[in-house]
Amino acid sequence: MNKVFNRIESITGNVITVKAEGVRYNELAQINTRFGKSLAQVNKIDGDIVSLQVFAGGQGVSTGDEVRFLGHEMRVSFSEDLLGRIFNGSGEPRDRGPALTDNMQSIGGPSVNPTKRILANRMMRTNIPMIDMFNTLVVSQKLPIFSISGEPYNQLLARIALQAEADVIVLGGMGLKYDDFLYFKEELSNGGALSKTVMFIHTASDPTVECMMIPDMSLAVAEQFALQNKDVLVLLTDMTNFADSMKEIAITQEQVPSNRGYPGDLYSQLASRYEKAVDFDSSGSVTVLAVTTMPGDDVTHPVPDNTGYITEGQYYLKGGRIEPFGSLSRLKQNVNGKTRKDHRALMDAMIRMYSSYKETIEKKNMGFAMTRWDEKLLRYGELFEDRLMDLSVNLTLEQSLDTGWQILAECFEKDETGIKSDLTEEFWPVN
Amino acid sequence: MTENKGKVVSINGNLVSVRFDGSVSMNEICYVNVDDKKLKSEVIRIRGDIAQIQVYEMTNGIKCGDDVDFTGDMLSAQLGPGLLGQVYDGLQNPLPVLAEQAGWFLERGIYADGLNAEKKWEFTPTAKVGDTLRAGEYFGTVPEGPFTHKIFVPFYLLGSYTIKSIAEKGEYTISETVAVLADERGREIPVSMSFKWPVKRAVKCYSERLAPVETMETKVRLIDSFFPVAKGGTYCTPGPFGAGKTVLQHTTSKYADVDIVIIAACGERAGEVVETLTEFPELTDPKTGRSLMERTIIICNTSSMPVASREASVYTSVTLAEYYRQMGLNVLLLADSTSRWAQALREMSGRLEEIPGEEAFPAYLESYIAAFYERAGYVRLPDGSKGSVTIGGTVSPAGGNFEEPVTQATLKVVGAFHGLSRERSDARKYPAIDPLISWSKYKTVTDPAKSAFCKNILLHGDEIGSMMKVVGEEGTSLEDYIVYLKSEMLDSVYLQQNSFDLIDANSMKERQRYVTDKLVCILGSDYTLEDKDGARSFFNRMRQKFIDWNYTEFMSDAFVKAEAEIDAMYADGQGKAGREAEKLLKDGE
Repeated sequence: MNKVFNRIESITGNVITVKAEGVRYNELAQINTRFGKSLAQVNKIDGDIVSLQVFAGGQGVSTGDEVRFLGHEMRVSFSEDLLGRIFNGSGEPRDRGPALTDNMQSIGGPSVNPTKRILANRMMRTNIPMIDMFNTLVVSQKLPIFSISGEPYNQLLARIALQAEADVIVLGGMGLKYDDFLYFKEELSNGGALSKTVMFIHTASDPTVECMMIPDMSLAVAEQFALQNKDVLVLLTDMTNFADSMKEIAITQEQVPSNRGYPGDLYSQLASRYEKAVDFDSSGSVTVLAVTTMPGDDVTHPVPDNTGYITEGQYYLKGGRIEPFGSLSRLKQNVNGKTRKDHRALMDAMIRMYSSYKETIEKKNMGFAMTRWDEKLLRYGELFEDRLMDLSVNLTLEQSLDTGWQILAECFEKDETGIKSDLTEEFWPVN
Repeated sequence: MTENKGKVVSINGNLVSVRFDGSVSMNEICYVNVDDKKLKSEVIRIRGDIAQIQVYEMTNGIKCGDDVDFTGDMLSAQLGPGLLGQVYDGLQNPLPVLAEQAGWFLERGIYADGLNAEKKWEFTPTAKVGDTLRAGEYFGTVPEGPFTHKIFVPFYLLGSYTIKSIAEKGEYTISETVAVLADERGREIPVSMSFKWPVKRAVKCYSERLAPVETMETKVRLIDSFFPVAKGGTYCTPGPFGAGKTVLQHTTSKYADVDIVIIAACGERAGEVVETLTEFPELTDPKTGRSLMERTIIICNTSSMPVASREASVYTSVTLAEYYRQMGLNVLLLADSTSRWAQALREMSGRLEEIPGEEAFPAYLESYIAAFYERAGYVRLPDGSKGSVTIGGTVSPAGGNFEEPVTQATLKVVGAFHGLSRERSDARKYPAIDPLISWSKYKTVTDPAKSAFCKNILLHGDEIGSMMKVVGEEGTSLEDYIVYLKSEMLDSVYLQQNSFDLIDANSMKERQRYVTDKLVCILGSDYTLEDKDGARSFFNRMRQKFIDWNYTEFMSDAFVKAEAEIDAMYADGQGKAGREAEKLLKDGE
């Protein structure tokens, strides 16, 4: 039996308190306001005073509104029917489809027993050379895309969603601009990937509390698919908005802030989401790619900083390209030794040359004379940026490697590359 | 289990307040009953008839009025044979056993004993009826892997005890009585091979604490020759993310010259634990020739596991370390990362609404950190043998800034500081320990005067390097330029090490001494070098020869041959040892 209370004691921001008994921690309630129904979640109980965060926000909530406790936690329906659908942070449909209520699963469940995980060792192809060739994405990896606002991170995510070798894509949007939401919807349906995608979308104008639900909803669904032997790719954008929502709620509830206003448990909160990335020892996997915008391009800002300590490397999106220097996939060693035998050597050589190119550019800008070698490097850098780094380039790993050799051959002699001679003998283009 | 009960009155995150009757002690363990599950919790504050408890699990579903059972015991670790090779969570639940019971996930409310109750151990008595013993003295042994595991009079028994009876040599489980002790009043106490000890209390059953004087080899040249760690000492490794803290600890856990390694993965990535779990059983311990896993215990409370048990995990691991120290063994505890532990303290402090200190860390942060590191130590045991617990902790400072409270509080209490720098790790230098900021109070494996000589070249070279950035190569004198080249060479042939190469990664102290002598000679000599180009090419070639030398097995034919090539090169450059180097090398003989 659901208990109904219609006396709200206080309303502060998105948090209301109600006098009630027998309420469970984290339980959901439904509140009927003059603007319609909204969910609310219990986040503190002190004797008979129960605090709830209202998903739709505190605006317009009246002290006389009716609060009905539902007796269960936040849940999400799980079945194949989810594929192709779009939901909001409360789990209600955002498309015209029906609401789903079968097979409800709790969100934010317990973490995986480390002894049931296996070592990440499968490559996830994306056909983006800067990822596949230079910082390979590995199944079950968790990687953020560090970016400044204004960079095309959502375009990058959409491309990865279309091209990645994953059985299921779960897209979680937090604080998304409405046009970005439309962009994702259009790209995925044009690319034919909508049928393997589930979207949980919170747009910038939606209530803050719903934003906090998005990662848990997305990851709970992903986990269920993974347990059905599927390789799931979860794309989250943007985790900084998620952290900011947590900050907002924490401050509203008068918690002591730790660093730049963020709550003290920011690390644990982010970690419990990212750690959902897993390769089960006899089932599917969850891989997480999450955009983290860096306010002011400052990597020491609490959100990117804490994220860096949690994730297994990062992609650094700068100037419309995935930067080869700031980016790092910590797990790439696990896979790039068994792709093609020239992969590692070519990757190292090309990055080394590119770093020499950067030095040459500096020299050139300072007005020093260019040697013949410098001229070669300049040409190399240009070709590299044009044929491999550009975000619109779409090549399989093998094609990227071949392109890499082609670029080297157009600029250098074999012995100038510093690559072992048995590899240059085999792979150097003939023309 | 006492009959003491209470009822939940408020819930805020993992902090639950309970109204109790009877008496409750601080840090007592209690269980909250939710549905059909019991959630383990610890009392962290008592006010009047309200006890505030931190729950080691997720608190979803708890409601006011739920029953709480108090146990009267503090959070304890189960000590006895069978700890080695185990993988525990922060509360000493063996994770493989939990996986058998609960499957993929760490379901809450499921606990398992730390030690296998069925397994039989070969017990050999070493004391006889009538002997008088005190806590921490042993009366028998069992073999455990490559070690002789001593069976102690439980550490909590105060006073002296006489053995009334003792079991014959034979096989027993850990819970069977193997001896009956009588206290001074004649009261009989049966003891088995295992007992419990509260993790937050240091084990002090030793005769005396000694100064840590013996160096613990890590086989990392930069550490052993410049910033060494002593057996029984403490050190910390702060560094920004991606600087290689975990990789460095991982190599240390493989090569360190100790008997037992305890890895406390505290609030870090689960993937790293999986890596250790996959790799260690395949590796052999050079000391015993057996699997590396047999000398290792992993306590893993990864970042997504509940925060309160993260706090417990560092105490559980140091308790296990102290237990093995009591057997006269050298134990190394590697805690990764102590910042996550400090953050766990901060989270609880926030929930308790304590007045926050710097960056919202609680005011007692420093004393907690100090108390933890003080549990390290080199001790003389009642039987005259010596054992040690060495603690190495990583610190993950926010934004890589060492000025933050956890780093600073740690630096106050440790004996060595290995600061990792972003510049060195970006330049792919391993280990990324910055020689210009690190320090150690312990004894180097090499002659300290020679280490100081080399360090001096590094300092000097760094000064010239930063000057060169301003005035360019042209504005630097040849003399200074050569010092710069020497410091660069020292960095790349000695400070840097290839952790993937079996020989280079495992540099013994004999080798370090030998190579240092050669380096002092090369770096302390003057050469006839015409100009900067000549100097650069000379030191580049010398560096290459030296690196090749590093990859040869110590004192093998290849080693001798590579050394001869270096000597030939030295002669070729008409090297002549300077006064300082000559004196150093002479003193060494």
